[in-house]
Amino acid sequence: MVYLTRKAEFSASHYYHNPEFSAEENRRVFGKCGNPNGHGHNYTLEVTVKGEVDPRSGFVVDLRQLKDIMHREVLDAMDHRFLNKEVPEFFSNIPTTENLAIAIWERLETKLRQARLHRVRVYETPDLFVDFYGEE
Amino acid sequence: MIAYLNRRYRFSASHRLHSAEMSEAENRETYGKCNNPHGHGHNYTLEVTVSGPVDRRTGMVCNLVDLDGFVEREVLSRYNLQNLNTMQEFTQIVPTTENLCVGIFEILQRGFAQAHLERVRLEETMMNSFEFSGPNPLRK
Repeated sequence: MVYLTRKAEFSASHYYHNPEFSAEENRRVFGKCGNPNGHGHNYTLEVTVKGEVDPRSGFVVDLRQLKDIMHREVLDAMDHRFLNKEVPEFFSNIPTTENLAIAIWERLETKLRQARLHRVRVYETPDLFVDFYGEE
Repeated sequence: MIAYLNRRYRFSASHRLHSAEMSEAENRETYGKCNNPHGHGHNYTLEVTVSGPVDRRTGMVCNLVDLDGFVEREVLSRYNLQNLNTMQEFTQIVPTTENLCVGIFEILQRGFAQAHLERVRLEETMMNSFEFSGPNPLRK
């Protein structure tokens, strides 16, 4: 089994708010992240796939295909967007880094053909990142 | 849906690697430059990984304010700008980054209850890092 990791970057804005919480509870739980006008990050996405090396091509996965899928499913939908308002997963879910990793996993998993998805890692900043390995 | 939250912190400290159980020559042989009696320092980077189900109401594994507060209070303020050899916990054991990594894991394990502690990774320099995950298998 060989693991291949591809990186990508995207920039987006978001804010944290739960309509089931009172205003006071929203302030206490989410602090500055609750500003409804949003704030932004430069995200780094790392997608790791795993599989056996194809003896004819020497590849775990056709990298061009993986890049295309990442572009179509993630970057086109999220780069330079306001996640709460423009990405359907976050119309009702809070766009935390945790939920972003899960949403990206779900967008990619069904689209990959040759290799299996192993891990989605999303860096919100270089000092804060979330890993998701699918349902365990 | 279990997610793994990773957070990086920085602190600086000095140490000298020297074992009371070894002769002077053996200490020099084992620890080389790190045995310099006056000690030397590092800028450490600490990476803490916690895991858990993502809370539907908050979208979080745990509130980052709680994790940051705990690490600041119990780890960073304890070790930052200290000489590790002068600390109680290193009177009997050598303050290698291995031992420091295990020590920090144990502090978090004992005191941080808001999420499951998965792993502590400690970078001594950009070239050296150590990981300890206690009883958990080390996940890559």
